[in-house]
Amino acid sequence: MLENLNKLEKLLNSELSSKILNSSIKDDELLIEINENNLIEIVQFLKSNEKCKFKQLIDIAGVDYPQEEKRFKLVYLFLSHENNNRIKLSINFEAKQLINSITKIFPSANWMEREVFDMYGVKFKNHPDLRRILTDYGFKGHPLRKDFPLTGFNEVRYSEKEKKVIYEPVKLEQNYRNFDFESPWEGTNYIKEVKNIEKDGKEN
Amino acid sequence: MVKKTKSLNLNFGPQHPAAHGVLRLILELDGEVVEKADPHIGLLHRGTEKLIEQKTYTQALPYFDRLDYVAPMNQEHAFALAAEKLLKIEVPIRAKFLRVIFCEIGRILSHILNVTTQALDVGALTPSLWGFEERETLMTFYERASGSRLHANYFRTGGVHQDIPLKLVEDIEKFCKSFPKILDDLEGLLTDNRIFKQRNVDIGIVSKQEALDHSFSGVMLRGSGVAWDLRKSQPYEIYKDLDFKIPVGKNGDCYDRYLCRIEEMRESVKIILQCIEKLPKGPIKSIDGKISPPNRDDLKQSMEALIHHFKLFTEGYRVPKGDVYTAVEAPKGEFGVYLISDGTNKPYRCKIRAPGFSHLQAMDYLIRGHMLADVPAVLGSLDIVFGEVDR
Repeated sequence: MLENLNKLEKLLNSELSSKILNSSIKDDELLIEINENNLIEIVQFLKSNEKCKFKQLIDIAGVDYPQEEKRFKLVYLFLSHENNNRIKLSINFEAKQLINSITKIFPSANWMEREVFDMYGVKFKNHPDLRRILTDYGFKGHPLRKDFPLTGFNEVRYSEKEKKVIYEPVKLEQNYRNFDFESPWEGTNYIKEVKNIEKDGKEN
Repeated sequence: MVKKTKSLNLNFGPQHPAAHGVLRLILELDGEVVEKADPHIGLLHRGTEKLIEQKTYTQALPYFDRLDYVAPMNQEHAFALAAEKLLKIEVPIRAKFLRVIFCEIGRILSHILNVTTQALDVGALTPSLWGFEERETLMTFYERASGSRLHANYFRTGGVHQDIPLKLVEDIEKFCKSFPKILDDLEGLLTDNRIFKQRNVDIGIVSKQEALDHSFSGVMLRGSGVAWDLRKSQPYEIYKDLDFKIPVGKNGDCYDRYLCRIEEMRESVKIILQCIEKLPKGPIKSIDGKISPPNRDDLKQSMEALIHHFKLFTEGYRVPKGDVYTAVEAPKGEFGVYLISDGTNKPYRCKIRAPGFSHLQAMDYLIRGHMLADVPAVLGSLDIVFGEVDR
């Protein structure tokens, strides 16, 4: 499978050289970074090219890096049944950027993009039906953003007085305690590691 | 004179016995024919992905039981594999066998539930009564291995939590010997049953191309004639050493999917029997003290073990930077975990790819033009469990 991936990487780099920002194979997985303007074109290429045949969109994963200028990242995962390999396509973009919807190419992207919109607030151009999908009706905010608190803002309960379900700001007896357990010490080099370093002649 | 007709909007669910959980379907009907279906999901959304970002890798694992709660260990498997891939650790061979045994038990658990409730949705009550008894037995196996019937939390990064009790293997073997008979009985009730066939044959047909376009996986894909199973095509654990077949459907309708599931259960039984026969002795989790906790005995004797134990259950282990996607063939299809680690003890991002999400998405396309009464039949054959669709 790894040979296939190497070949595929070469092919993509030669066919789409100017559009690929970076490509790498790590842990037997091929990751291609591209510019968000070229998304449609490259997805179309991956689907229709004779040697790629990535006919199935597996998932779209959003990632939030609040400290970076290009805050959001979308990772598109594709699968090719014919060639039995996978590819990851990633785009980085700023918070306000509109992203082209790929629903025309992959109908299944519909809900996946809706989920990204719901969770991160990323807006898609030409999406047929960009509504929230997983959160409550009338929900505010985008829960998977890193600056969204784990406990949320509103809580729901049934009010005996009003005889209906009501929304209230979250009141907690005790705040969520997020302990930082990470060791402040670098830790020691264990015998096994020291031996390895001596053998390789460099630190890993 | 042209008579004006107005289509009727029908709200199906979220509390409906045939909705398989908390599905709310807004159906647009023209008479009895469905013109459009708009599934509203998210009523069981618990923010699993957000929660996982706040927990260490060990603490994140139990959330996977709560996704597809009829086959918990298959989900755990995907996450364990993802973490192992990032950590680059080997799982001992016995642990691999145990994992496969319990994953196949999970597959049987899930398929029994689906086949029998699908029958229930179209009017057959008996299969579910028979099938659930078997599920009970299987859940006892879960309990004896992990301590709980449903939320097992049995798999660990680097292996499984504990070795199984001595007699469990024998009992599983006994079950495997008797189970095909039960399957025959179930099939006797359903496979050639006139009513069952009337309700399922040629209902919810998916063509090969449509199955690919809609990101179908698992039985939904195989029912349409695509021979694709991750256990065969991208084998993980020990699947490549096992001898089993992948049943593939022909017409891609609800009936073919039912047949595939029945046949898959038979194959699962074969897999379990092979595993039991070959089950080797040895450790059941990685021997790397930095990742898997020490034995109880060592804890009393060894200072190092005590430190490891303390560090593992407070800080947890750190996972090297990187991002991986691992997928397993869960009973419902390809269940994947896309894990991004930033080198700390908590996942930076964990995207869960649930097969049911894509399957339910295609509901609109599947049901268009069918009768209202076919909605539960199609829904049943999609094998939806809301724990994983809503996450």
